[in-house]
Amino acid sequence: MKILVCISKAPDTTSRIAFTEGDTQFDSNGVQFIVNPYDEWYALVRALELKEAQGGSVTTITVGEADCDPVIRKALAIGADDAVRIDANPTDALQVASLIASHASEGRYDLVLCGKETIDHNGSVVGGMLAELMNASFVSLATSLEVEGGVVKATREAAGGLESVEASLPAVVSAAKGMAEQRIPNMRGIMAARTKPLNVVPAGDALQAASVAKFELPPAKGDCKMISADQPEELVRLLREEAKVL
Amino acid sequence: MKCLAYLPTHDGQATKAGLEAVSYAKKCGADVVALAIGALNADGGVGSAGASKVLHVAQDLQDEAQIARAVSEAARAEGASLVVAPHNHVGRAVAPRVAVRLGAGMVPGVTGLLEGSTVKRNVFSGKAMAHVSVDSEVKVITTTPNAFGVEGGGAEAAVESFAPEVGEASLKVTGFKASSSDGSVPLPEAVRVVSAGRGLKGPEHWGIVEELATTLEATTACSRPVSDMGWRPHHEHVGQTGITIRPDLYIAAGISGAIQHLAGVNQSKVIVAINTDPEAPFFKAADYGIVGDAFEVLPKLTEAIKNLS
Ligand SMILES: Cc1cc2nc3c(=O)[nH]c(=O)nc-3n(C[C@H](O)[C@H](O)[C@H](O)COP(=O)(O)OP(=O)(O)OC[C@H]3O[C@@H](n4cnc5c(N)ncnc54)[C@H](O)[C@@H]3O)c2cc1C
Ligand SMILES: Nc1ncnc2c1ncn2[C@@H]1O[C@H](COP(=O)(O)O)[C@@H](O)[C@H]1O
Repeated sequence: MKILVCISKAPDTTSRIAFTEGDTQFDSNGVQFIVNPYDEWYALVRALELKEAQGGSVTTITVGEADCDPVIRKALAIGADDAVRIDANPTDALQVASLIASHASEGRYDLVLCGKETIDHNGSVVGGMLAELMNASFVSLATSLEVEGGVVKATREAAGGLESVEASLPAVVSAAKGMAEQRIPNMRGIMAARTKPLNVVPAGDALQAASVAKFELPPAKGDCKMISADQPEELVRLLREEAKVL
Repeated sequence: MKCLAYLPTHDGQATKAGLEAVSYAKKCGADVVALAIGALNADGGVGSAGASKVLHVAQDLQDEAQIARAVSEAARAEGASLVVAPHNHVGRAVAPRVAVRLGAGMVPGVTGLLEGSTVKRNVFSGKAMAHVSVDSEVKVITTTPNAFGVEGGGAEAAVESFAPEVGEASLKVTGFKASSSDGSVPLPEAVRVVSAGRGLKGPEHWGIVEELATTLEATTACSRPVSDMGWRPHHEHVGQTGITIRPDLYIAAGISGAIQHLAGVNQSKVIVAINTDPEAPFFKAADYGIVGDAFEVLPKLTEAIKNLS
């Protein structure tokens, strides 16, 4: 089975969030970038497990500029066979999805995995758009994934529980927690990753329709009101009369 | 402005998330037509929230690819320039497909009204907001659950049957396993949440957490190590790598308040932290704090709430 995994870079979860250029750009000064956790821990690792069990290949794809290469190498170190980077500065989910679709169409892959969402953009959009553009089935927010006899069998998050679904190939699956366990790359993987192919391809025409006009930081949080441990009734009063949530 | 709202239903009634999406479009000043699929009782309750009409597809569709075809066809038929759906499990699967079909720009999980061609949403896990502008004539928006509330008082909506061309299904649902046997509201939609972390020291101590939750009609949640160690089920894990919630009230006991935890809960309207350590980072993100032992504070708090009324 040929599997494609969509890998994006995201600021480390502890990064200070700030903006530059009149609040129109994310300030990446001093920010450490990581592989988006959903892409790495769940989508990539499950793809590798499927390959180990059934044979085939795992390719990663990233829409981004050269500053993505370190996170792509990390994905290769964890075990992907090769990587594609479409050289563009992503600004819109439709743009990302259409560029990935232009590479993934024509039956090149049986299965495309992506993360539930990016932790910076929090869109949860690219996977569904990709499925529509590829005319593929789509299992969103999948918490487990098997492929048997050309059929995707997955569980996914649904109202108040987990739904089991079956979908036909080709399929796009977005990975949520539970699909796999994080793998730490070992020394051998890190060495091997240096010589694995990372193919940079120019971006062709892409669709695009939305863009960020301006970022804004939330208003500073007021002080935390401290209440003595033996006066829970005071907390209840405040929640009712001041915060009005009871 | 005409809006087509995709209305997920349950047992023939609009879901709360669906009503929120309709109310949202109404507040944006749109004339709202709702699309409901499968069983529907009268207008499903959506007229009251502001829809003037319901297009009803009698066939029960499970594949979001088919639902997206129905929504897109309805949006075209109605001449809608706005399509809304809730940013929950269904909306996330349907809306991106609709955006592609309609050549529309999409803004997921919005927290503000559409003003002109710009709308506000949270980014960086709630640590910042982005004003997103959409160039396309048709716009697709998904609404963050529990962010807008449900309008009431509208007249019953007219129901029209609608038979779109939906094609073959590429996905079918083969089973369902409820995660909360107690019938509490699922976390992403919960209005109140009581959560606990490693400070509780073991799964056998969760009785006091559940008791407070029951008293408050709240849903229970936990930090990641707690679900990783198997003390609590995975679906209770909130945070960066778990579920993002936005309740009116979030009570966290014995949770340190690591940034990855806060990323999933910092959009709560009011946060209460209970921790033995006065230096716990959670107190910086909380509105109310108690420095104290959860084993003593939680039962007392439950008592105090019971004594209310
Ligand atoms: C990439 C990444 C993603 C992550 N994603 C998540 C995520 O989604 N969600 C998440 O929760 N974590 C996540 N984490 C882990 C996170 O960094 C913290 O390690 C975790 O949240 C800590 O859980 P905790 O607060 O329950 O435990 P601890 O950090 O051990 O804190 C326990 C707290 O309980 C207090 N305490 C002890 N005894 C008592 C008592 N009797 N009464 C009251 N208080 C008491 C202690 O003072 C302490 O503050 C992630 C980490 C990484 C690196
Ligand atoms: N620039 C990108 N390159 C490759 N994959 C991406 C990119 N952006 C998003 N994705 C994939 O799409 C998923 C959902 O992203 P989003 O819709 O932005 O929340 C991510 O978890 C990735 O797997």
